[in-house]
Amino acid sequence: MKQRLPLLVFLALLAIGPSVLPEFYITLLNYIGLYAIVAIGLVLLTGVGGLTSFGQAAFVGLGAYTTAYLTTAHAVSPWLTLLIGLTVTAAVALILGFLTLRLSGHYLPLGTIAWGLSLYFLFGNLEFLGGHTGLTGIPVLGLFGFELHTGREFYYLIWLVLLGAVLATQNLLDSREGRAIRALKGGGLMAESMGVNTARTKIVIFLIAALFACVSGWLYAHLQRFVNPTPFGLHIGIEYLFMAVVGGAAHVWGALVGAGVITILKQWLQDLLPKLLGQSGNFEAIFFGILLVLVLQRARDGIWPWVVRLIPIKAAQRVVAEAEPLPHREMPALGTVLLEVKDACKRFGGLVANNNMSLTVKAGEVMALIGPNGAGKSTMFNCISGVDPVTSGEVRFIGERIDHLESREIARRGMGRTFQHVRLLPTMSVLENVAIGAHLRGSKGVLSASLRLERAEEARLLAEAKRQLERVGLGEHLFDEAGSLPLGQQRVLEIARALCADPCLLLLDEPAAGLRYLEKQALAELLRKLRGEGMGILLVEHDMDFVMGLADRVVVMEFGEKISEGLPEEVQKDPVVLEAYLGGVE
Amino acid sequence: MDLQIALLLGQDGIVNGAIYALLALALVLVFAVTRVIYIPQGEFVAYGALTLAAFQAGKTPGTLWFLLGAGVLVAVIDTVIAVRAGALGRMKRIVLWNLAYPAVVAGLVLGLEPAKLPLVAQAALSLVIVVPLGPMIYRLAFQPLAEASVLVLLIVSVAVHTAMVGLGLLFFGAEGSRTTPFSEAQFTLGTLNVNGQTLWVIGSSIVLIIALYQFFGRTLYGKALRATAINRVGARLMGISTTMAGKLSFTLAAGIGAFSGILIAPITTVYYDTGFLVGLKGFVAAIIAGLVSYPLAAAGAILVGLLESFSSFWASAFKEVIVFTLIIPVLVWRSLTSHHVEEEE
Repeated sequence: MKQRLPLLVFLALLAIGPSVLPEFYITLLNYIGLYAIVAIGLVLLTGVGGLTSFGQAAFVGLGAYTTAYLTTAHAVSPWLTLLIGLTVTAAVALILGFLTLRLSGHYLPLGTIAWGLSLYFLFGNLEFLGGHTGLTGIPVLGLFGFELHTGREFYYLIWLVLLGAVLATQNLLDSREGRAIRALKGGGLMAESMGVNTARTKIVIFLIAALFACVSGWLYAHLQRFVNPTPFGLHIGIEYLFMAVVGGAAHVWGALVGAGVITILKQWLQDLLPKLLGQSGNFEAIFFGILLVLVLQRARDGIWPWVVRLIPIKAAQRVVAEAEPLPHREMPALGTVLLEVKDACKRFGGLVANNNMSLTVKAGEVMALIGPNGAGKSTMFNCISGVDPVTSGEVRFIGERIDHLESREIARRGMGRTFQHVRLLPTMSVLENVAIGAHLRGSKGVLSASLRLERAEEARLLAEAKRQLERVGLGEHLFDEAGSLPLGQQRVLEIARALCADPCLLLLDEPAAGLRYLEKQALAELLRKLRGEGMGILLVEHDMDFVMGLADRVVVMEFGEKISEGLPEEVQKDPVVLEAYLGGVE
Repeated sequence: MDLQIALLLGQDGIVNGAIYALLALALVLVFAVTRVIYIPQGEFVAYGALTLAAFQAGKTPGTLWFLLGAGVLVAVIDTVIAVRAGALGRMKRIVLWNLAYPAVVAGLVLGLEPAKLPLVAQAALSLVIVVPLGPMIYRLAFQPLAEASVLVLLIVSVAVHTAMVGLGLLFFGAEGSRTTPFSEAQFTLGTLNVNGQTLWVIGSSIVLIIALYQFFGRTLYGKALRATAINRVGARLMGISTTMAGKLSFTLAAGIGAFSGILIAPITTVYYDTGFLVGLKGFVAAIIAGLVSYPLAAAGAILVGLLESFSSFWASAFKEVIVFTLIIPVLVWRSLTSHHVEEEE
């Protein structure tokens, strides 16, 4: 309760606001609320997801113009036009998203600049939308027989919607889908390997941001009761992004702070600057431009982290509740051939990284893939797990050809992996990082996450993550930031993450690197236990004591080709292998 | 539409296309070398044109004060850094470029009465003022963030654009300006009237494109820029300073932008915010080229110019809508031809 005090004080102040504040401040607060709704979408898109849009104002315009036109020209109910506006916005956002999100990151913002401009000119030039003068006479919003005529009455609606958006977004980010969203920035490849459809996730957050903007536009139209193209131009779209970045693009509440700061500053500068400079114009733009450059150079996290330091805010969750275990995959019988690679080749332009590689891994065995640096072992891993598919040849997993499947589809079939260069989300907790591995074992989507209808499933996923972390010996670090662990433990964390997916085949890329002697022994013990449970393990490792003590069979690679295969003791005596490792005797 | 109109529109389209081509080249250059999506490119067009217009109107252009101010700012920051690093040897360069140079330019502008100078001298003076703003802006806004992600750089770029448009309004006011043409000559080609300025625009664009081609192919600095574009780390290891490469590419971009502005100033009325739309059309062309290929960017620019002039004939109110919607099919085509999952930086 004590931790929620600042929030309760804030809500109480908001609630009594209209009864004590003069009209001017109510109007200001209304605008801050409207802008903040849009900025929250940008927090999700830019701050969390690492994508961006300069065209949010155009989505606001879509919401505003849809209701303005339909309520004035066809007398449709405003509540129905909200639905229609959302549908139109969703359609536009989906089309734009499909077109641009598959391309590199910078095409989306460029596309939104172009689309923001197009729509602005379209609003201004279409006869039925009133051209540059716009549409007037938009009806008053009625709610249960109560009509919202004044800004003072409208205030509550705006702030309820805003708080709803804050809550829904916060809920979403703290969920299975939320972890996938947070993985987009800097962890896309890892997330795909854990079964996340990153392209779909990107479209989802773009869609959510667009829908928030549309709602804000709908509210704006009924508050103002007239619309013209000016507030939906590109420079306003840019201002929305400023709000999100200045406030703290990675924090939901930052959107509110940013919207407040920019709106109040703008108001103040619009009064001050023309007097100071002796002419009228948008001179606050100069100030905002410079402010934003300074924020990005000096304090990239924006204002919100400073606010947090000033007021005590609810600390992160510290206990993982017990929950019913997730159902397990049926493991293939011992000795079943899990993985079969036949004549796999991988070329990068003229460079042949893997040439005619063949190997098999059976259920209940540890197969080690060894070879000098640059032999092509990690490339082989990427070919098998679908991260970077083979150029030619066949990869079969439990009998099924998988060489042209996406890595997330391969993960779904029961193959888990770790990476040679650790791929974690360093600012997320150890527990959440591992829970990403369980992504495919949950099914609840964005909507149920926003409404907290997935708590039972979420508890099971987190309990599973905790169980796997305890299993690998990281039970003490559940709530530490993943980036704060030493490198060796980060590798172990990756194993826990892979196990969280309940795989039947595990691909481990140098899992023992950076571990101390006792930690290595514990790891070997864990792998033996997994093998005993019927899991197949394909292991790349340079520590020969570790490999030879653990592996059932060994494949040796050099220059992209297999040079030897057999039992550990056979391989150790093979003259070809000795030459590869130690050099020949001249 | 008869042939005459078609020819006229075609001529218009090619003239505009030539300008967009220059801008697209600058945008591709800046992106390749620094990963900055250079939205403020258009502002240099407006600054170039309006600085020249101010000279012709007998006024002192506000860009001169910008140059002096930005110079002082860069000098102060670099001096602090140099003193902290104990590298006082840098001071000579810092003072020369950021304080002495702007002071000399200011002396020239204030002493010479530019309104009475010949057009070439006025144009040269405009370039002398506007072009150094490019590297100064790089120094102030982008250099501290050189290693940031494309997205952060893009947001900075938009912020710089916003500030520069505001400053443009402050310097030049809200009214548009035109300058006197480079040539009053008129030629008749069959039924088509061609005026001298058209030939100037097309001719100088071609000359500039060839010059850039030679620069990248044959000079050490050109090759250094190409090396940085291909592999930043590798170029650094070979002793190419990425800061130098960044400043050089921004200088070139500013030069191209300001020169484009001077070229179009006699043809169209330029306002303080005209540059943005002009620059964005260069962008559409650059995107057609995937932000990497110079010849494709030039071809795309001509396409954008033609599309613009023909749509201004058929549906003039929707001219901008049509040009900017062109980006959609281009993106579809790009997304169908590119296949890779990449890790965001």
